[in-house]
Amino acid sequence: MKQKKWPEAWHEVTPGCIVFEPGNASTYKTGSWRAQRPIWDNKKCIKCGICYVFCPEACISETAEGFFAADLDYCKGCGICAHECWPQAIVMVEEEV
Amino acid sequence: MGKVVGMEVGIAAAEAVGLCNIDVAAVYPITPQSHIAEHLSDIVHDGRIDAEFITVESEHSSISACAGASATGARAYTATSSQGLMLMHEILPIVSAMRLPVVMGNANRAVSGPLNIWNDHTDIMPQRDSGWIVMHAENGQEVIDMTIQSFKIAEHPDIMLPTVLNMDGFQLTHMIEPLEFPSQDEVNAFLPDRVPFATLHPDNPLSMGCFNMPEIFAETMKAKDAALINSKKTIIKIWNEWGKMFGRSYKPVETYKNKGAETLILTMGSMGETASVAVDELRAAGQSIGLVKIRLWRPFPLDELRAAIKGCETLIVMDRAISFGGAGGPLGTEIKSLMFHDHDRPRIVDFIMGLGGRDVKVEDFIAMVERAAKKKDETYEYYGVRE
Repeated sequence: MKQKKWPEAWHEVTPGCIVFEPGNASTYKTGSWRAQRPIWDNKKCIKCGICYVFCPEACISETAEGFFAADLDYCKGCGICAHECWPQAIVMVEEEV
Repeated sequence: MGKVVGMEVGIAAAEAVGLCNIDVAAVYPITPQSHIAEHLSDIVHDGRIDAEFITVESEHSSISACAGASATGARAYTATSSQGLMLMHEILPIVSAMRLPVVMGNANRAVSGPLNIWNDHTDIMPQRDSGWIVMHAENGQEVIDMTIQSFKIAEHPDIMLPTVLNMDGFQLTHMIEPLEFPSQDEVNAFLPDRVPFATLHPDNPLSMGCFNMPEIFAETMKAKDAALINSKKTIIKIWNEWGKMFGRSYKPVETYKNKGAETLILTMGSMGETASVAVDELRAAGQSIGLVKIRLWRPFPLDELRAAIKGCETLIVMDRAISFGGAGGPLGTEIKSLMFHDHDRPRIVDFIMGLGGRDVKVEDFIAMVERAAKKKDETYEYYGVRE
C-alpha cells in the first residue's frame, strides 16, 4: 500500500514539527499494521451496530443492506469489534503474508 | 536612561517582566522565587499592565499554561525554582520541540533531599538537555537586562525557542542593589511585538506537537538541535544591539583580566563577582590569574570559551552542582569533554563547592587556586567539605 512520504531530510521538518494541513491523518493508511482481519457472517449479524460504535479507528461503516464492514485501508486488526459482537458474527482471521 | 533605584533583585525581575508587554503570566510561588511571583501578580492586578495572571495549582500547570498561551501567539512568562523546575521537567522538552518562545526566570536553589532552600545549580543541571536556551545572570542589573533580552531572543524568527534565565537564589534574588531600568519607550523600541510563526486558531486549523514515527523522529531531533546551535549567532546579535542601545555589553563568555593569565577561574552565575575580587587580590600578590564566566550555558559557546582561555595553563572550574556517580561536576565534565581533542588545552581542575547555600568567599577562591596549583591530576574534588 502506497504511503504518504515523510519529510526526506532533517532540514525539511517544519519548525516545531507543525502540520499545516488539517485532517491529513487519513492519508496514512494504518491498515498496513494489521495481522488479523475481521470477517462478518451476515447470517449471524443482527445489524445492531455495536461494532461500528466500538471501532477505535472509526473505520467500520454501514453497508447499503444495513450490515457492517471495515475499511481495510485503516483497520488495524485490533479485534475489538469481534470481541464486542455478542451474536459472535465477527471472527478475526490471520492475514496471509 | 532612567534613574538608579535601590531594589531587591527578585522584585526587579518582576518589574522587568512588567516592561515587556506580556500577555500571560502563569507563575506558582516557591522560595526563593516567590517575590517574583508575588510582585508580578501585583503588577497585573494593580492594572499596571494588560495581562492575564493565571494562578495555577502547580509548576507542571504553570509551564503547560504558558505553552498553551504561547501556541496561540501570546507572549508568556513563568518563573520557578528547584522543586518547581523539577516538576516542570516533563513539559520543558515539549515547549522547545514545539518551538514556543516561553520565557522563564529560575531562582537557582538546591534540589531536595534533604530539603534545602538555598542556592546552588542542582536544579538547572537536570534540565540541561531539554533544548532550552539557558543563560546565567551575575548581578541584579543583568537580571533586568537579560529578562528583557530573553523575550527578544526567544521570539526572534531565526530562533523561536524558550529561554530560562538563571539567577542565584537568595545570593542574587534577595539582594538589594542599585539598579537602572530602561524606560517603557526604550523597551518598546528594543522589543517589538511578537510575530508568531504559527498560531492555534479555529479559523486556520493546524497541529502542533504531533506524533512522530521512528521514520522521522531522529530527523526532528536533529532539526531541534540545529535550531538551538544556530541560535547562538542571533543571541550575540541581539546582545550587541542591546549594548549599542543601553551601553552594557553582553557576551556568551565574559572575561576579567584573562589576557595572558597562566591560571583562569571559570564560574557561572553570581559567584563571578566574588571571584573577581579574589583575582584582584591574587594579582596584587603577583599571581598570573584571571577569570572567565559562562553566561550562555545552552547552546554551549565552545568557540568563545576557547578564545577566552587561549594560552592558559590551568583552568579551575567551579561547579555548583554534582553529577552523582559521574566524572565530576556537570560544568567540569562538559568542558573536559569539549576540549578533549584540543592539543594545547589547559589542565582542567574541577571543584564542587557552594552547595545548598554554602558561601563561597574570596578566601575560598584563593584557597582553591592554591589547591589547584598543588594538584597533579585532573580528578574532581569537593572543596570545603569537612573530612
